[in-house]
Amino acid sequence: MSLWEYANPKKFLTTSERVLPVLWIAAAASIVVGLIWGFFFTPDDYRQGSTVKIIFIHVPAALMAINAWFMMLVASLIWIIRRHHVSALAAKAAAPVGVVMTLIALITGALWGQPMWGTWWAWDPRLTSFLVLFLFYLGYIALWEAIDDPDTAADLTSILCLVGSVFAVLSRYAVLFWNQGLHQGASLSLDKEENVADVFSNPLYVCMIGFALLFLALVLYRTGTEIRARRIKALIARERLES
Amino acid sequence: MTLTVTDLSVTRGGLPVLSGVSFALVPGEALVLRGPNGIGKTTLLRTVAGLQPPYMGSISGHEDQIAYAGHLDGIKPTLTVAENLTFWARVFGRSDVKYAISDAMSDFDLEGLADRPAGNLSAGQKRRLGLARLMVTKRPIWVMDEPTVSLDSASVQRFSEVVRTHLEHGGSALIATHTDLGLEGTLLDLGVYRAEPTAMDDFDGAFL
Amino acid sequence: MIALLSRDLQLALRAGGGFGLGLAFFLIVAVLVPFAVGPQSELLGRIAPGVLWIGALLACLLSLDRLLALDWEDGSLDLLATAPLPLEAIVTMKSVAHWITTGVPLILAAPILGVLLQLPAAGYLWLVVSLLLGTPALSVIGTFGAALTVGLKRGGLLLSLLVLPLYVPTLIFGAEVARRGAAGLAVETPLLMLAGISAASLACLPFASAAVLRINLR
Repeated sequence: MSLWEYANPKKFLTTSERVLPVLWIAAAASIVVGLIWGFFFTPDDYRQGSTVKIIFIHVPAALMAINAWFMMLVASLIWIIRRHHVSALAAKAAAPVGVVMTLIALITGALWGQPMWGTWWAWDPRLTSFLVLFLFYLGYIALWEAIDDPDTAADLTSILCLVGSVFAVLSRYAVLFWNQGLHQGASLSLDKEENVADVFSNPLYVCMIGFALLFLALVLYRTGTEIRARRIKALIARERLES
Repeated sequence: MTLTVTDLSVTRGGLPVLSGVSFALVPGEALVLRGPNGIGKTTLLRTVAGLQPPYMGSISGHEDQIAYAGHLDGIKPTLTVAENLTFWARVFGRSDVKYAISDAMSDFDLEGLADRPAGNLSAGQKRRLGLARLMVTKRPIWVMDEPTVSLDSASVQRFSEVVRTHLEHGGSALIATHTDLGLEGTLLDLGVYRAEPTAMDDFDGAFL
Repeated sequence: MIALLSRDLQLALRAGGGFGLGLAFFLIVAVLVPFAVGPQSELLGRIAPGVLWIGALLACLLSLDRLLALDWEDGSLDLLATAPLPLEAIVTMKSVAHWITTGVPLILAAPILGVLLQLPAAGYLWLVVSLLLGTPALSVIGTFGAALTVGLKRGGLLLSLLVLPLYVPTLIFGAEVARRGAAGLAVETPLLMLAGISAASLACLPFASAAVLRINLR
């Protein structure tokens, strides 16, 4: 029994069909519990008031935005090295989820920033990095959409993902450097480790787990869809060959 | 150098089109590929030329031996005929560039056009230039995909002369064509190698 | 390799090669910016390094979609791939040709456009140095993008979408060098980072570009 058994599309589909209902329920339950706990059973921050509670969406979304890209990187590597189709399709399936998570993080960040910092947007390193990450996601998805042949698309996007990861990390450091160069310590960024008290951190962990489960469920579900779409394509092509 | 193809399968758009193709091309011989449109001649030639990996089977004796001529001639319209040929002679590392290109131009009757920008050539003249490129590569195995398209009968005659001389000098040629070139080569009908759709198994790794 | 490089330069010089296209674009950007932001020389002087960098970057981008697409369309790329040159060498030569035909003219023109944009006197040297170090990276990264989109019908827009995020670090460090230079600050750190990015891109990306091209030729 090896992990690579799940690289077989059929095995993957049957297993994920069994796991998915549990995942959906667990994800929904922990997000609901986490959000209710966070919204209604934590005190308001003495400085930020109730706006602080957006943290329960903002932070988990940001976390998953980065992890989704990381998962795509791993899946791309598996495709390049072992050439399992499921892996390539999982990377394809994760990208839109990742881009939505990035968007949620950006929007909730703006909503949070407006009352706190007095501006919807600041060129803070962390914010800017997320914007750049968003652009990387867009390019990756656009390349998948542009290429007809699925294997070629998988190959090209995997290499783009590898190269993009290196440049994304570079951008992160470049942005950090760039902003210090501009603002000299007048940065608006919140040091989360210091600011978040225990009262907030427990429901936050629950939300994080919930978002992670939701991400997993969405990726499994979407990978299944991609596998079926790929299967249909293959069947149509074969039919054309036979006639 | 003998080009050996063993049990080769090739795919186009992810589907196998030919399977189990085997042949050996010895120096001094020509092999003419026949088969209806869409059978996979171009795909086979591109695989042999190393432009795409074989799906199954193996090819040997092709490394750095093949001069490939596809449907497109790779001609730069703003360069003259002589400049186009000079470029390819230099890319293929010829030391005697001048000699090589004048030889190739005289064989394909391009001398009068040497200083003409290639963009001004007619379709047939362009094709002749594309075929002259094969000569300047000095590679022993010529792999040609429909070489006689848009050539007039005199040029076809000239072309088969050139191929014959090439064979006499120990070269070989793999040609996909529908016209009779009058070459004493082996004919290979690809119809028998048409890939059978594999039995409908359940979901396998390759989606095929 | 030299044959390929000299052919590409020759092609660029001949009619329709688009040799001066990037340069003209660069000039127009530098002329349009004061129209957009106003003629105050103090403001222009402050944004000049950034504007010149953005202009150079966009001018580089402009010529990228022809870089490999022309050779793809007329079949040269197929034939080059069967030639004794490794594809890595071919894409490297393509990048070099792109840099010579696009990057070098931009570097030479940048000081003149700096005058138009009221660049402070201290900035000229560092502007040229930053472009000299940065534009090779722009060409090499651009070649990777061009190789990714070479087989596509309307690849131009996609090419920009793919390449521009990859340009972020180069732009940040390059413009930072020029800006700090103009302000009379120390430039070592961003300069070294810029040089590092260029060197690393030049060393690694041709392999990625060649791999991508091989997939696209299939």
